Amino acid sequence: MKTESKLQQILDSGQFAVTAEIGPPKHSSAEGIRHHAEMMKDYVDATNITDNQTAIVRLSSIAAGVHVQSCGIEPIVQMTCRDRNRIAMQSDLLGAYSLGMRNVLCLSGDHQKFGNHPTAKNVYDIDSMQLIYYLRRMRDEKLFFSGEEIKEHEPRFFIGAVANPFADPFEFRVARLEKKVEAGAQFIQTQCIFDMERFERFMEMVRERGIDQRVHILAGVTPMKSWRAAKYIQNNVSGMIVPDELVERLKNAEDPKREGVEICIEQIKYIKENIKGVHGVHIMAIAWEEVVPEIVERSGLYPRPKI
Amino acid sequence: MIIAQQKPVKDIAAMISECKKVLLVGCAGCVTVCLSGGEKETEVLASSLRIMRKMEDKPLETVTYTATRQCDPEYVAMIDNYTKDVDAIISLACGVGVQYLAERFTDKWVVPALDTKFIGGSTVHGNWEEKCGLCGECILHRTGGICPIIRCSKSILNGPCGGSQYGKCEVSKDVDCAWQLIYDRMKALGKLDKLMEFHPPKDWSKSRDGGPRKAIREDVMID
Ligand code: SF4
Ligand code: SF4
Repeated sequence: MKTESKLQQILDSGQFAVTAEIGPPKHSSAEGIRHHAEMMKDYVDATNITDNQTAIVRLSSIAAGVHVQSCGIEPIVQMTCRDRNRIAMQSDLLGAYSLGMRNVLCLSGDHQKFGNHPTAKNVYDIDSMQLIYYLRRMRDEKLFFSGEEIKEHEPRFFIGAVANPFADPFEFRVARLEKKVEAGAQFIQTQCIFDMERFERFMEMVRERGIDQRVHILAGVTPMKSWRAAKYIQNNVSGMIVPDELVERLKNAEDPKREGVEICIEQIKYIKENIKGVHGVHIMAIAWEEVVPEIVERSGLYPRPKI
Repeated sequence: MIIAQQKPVKDIAAMISECKKVLLVGCAGCVTVCLSGGEKETEVLASSLRIMRKMEDKPLETVTYTATRQCDPEYVAMIDNYTKDVDAIISLACGVGVQYLAERFTDKWVVPALDTKFIGGSTVHGNWEEKCGLCGECILHRTGGICPIIRCSKSILNGPCGGSQYGKCEVSKDVDCAWQLIYDRMKALGKLDKLMEFHPPKDWSKSRDGGPRKAIREDVMID
């Protein structure tokens, strides 16, 4: 289903897409987001705007999306199921569309235990699968989640979802991805890839089931600043796999930050050249947005297509 | 059954700090089985409170009684005689029992001695686990007999989420991922195809979200 999303046009035309991520701040000034957007705008096709990532209160993803959009980048508004019930979600979706947002990424959201309000009540009225399904129905069948008709101006989002090849049960990860595609997901961003071997096995299963023909998969990559950061993820973040070799390589590097960038560029090139069925990369330079232009350029993905 | 745990004694003592004589009411139901509010726990709490108050030089008189069930008016009525001259009633039942006492003894200060935690059962002696979220419309036939509403930290119906790793939930290495359990069981039963079915959102109006619930069975009503 066609939408006004620029990202969709790029992906549907068969070009290798590049998305990045902008994390809104823990305060009410948009200066930082605007700065990052300005800096990245010629280097990426769209940027995700995270939604209270790791359950830490931040400037709203939709509001940040508006700022980013006004700087000339197409936003992908992330929406988690943690903080809003179906009423609030739909209201925000209508609002986001009215403000010019055209892409939504549906996620469960990190548990509030990890954030700065661990005593909060979580919502999880609907799950990410259901959000995908109902977003598609809003657009294609003009129905609210309840089944009531949307008489006019239904929001027509390009619908994204996430997949984590590194979570368990591994065998079911591809099946669940397929379930998301059945529900209505049109593009998929993966969890950060550090274990390339596992990602290749995942993609093999994706191709076996022909899922890459039905959805655009963007491989998630993250440049690492230090071996400690890599070690931390390895030990503490559930659903991530960081191989020891990667930690070692960063540890032995003279300039770990440089090394982190080099590794990321190698990964992108490798994925683009060797792994069939991947339609783009999603660069998650967490709290390191400045490095995105260099990574894109040196990975041979610059200039970006003009739409 | 209902699983409850006793509040710290000093917290209970603070609730009755002005009282000279209190009645402690245990319950022979669930809280006896989960070792938090039965006859024995009631006696122990009464003596702890007395000792504490004695040390403060403010002696406390206690009366104890253990009801067959505090969630049943018939048994609550049997407490009447014990309540006459007490300044407060401490209930060692679940939240239901506390409310039944408060409803019947309208002129008494009724306080809870327990924190009512969840409904579940024991795995080994001394370890209880939550198993049901009382959602009002059971879906266990779709999930291999494992409840995702309460055992998945995000109540996901089309799981598992991306935080599931090595069989554990993202919230803690001590918590099993309910969806890993569901997956394993469905696989063992040869029913993995069932997990590919889209599971629609729950009708939460059948749960607490519809307001306080009632269950009515006219066929068993007496008049
Ligand atoms: S599905 Fe509902 S009724 Fe059944 S065990 Fe879970 S919470 Fe309880
Ligand atoms: S890890 Fe498993 S139990 Fe925990 S929230 Fe995710 S699906 Fe639910």
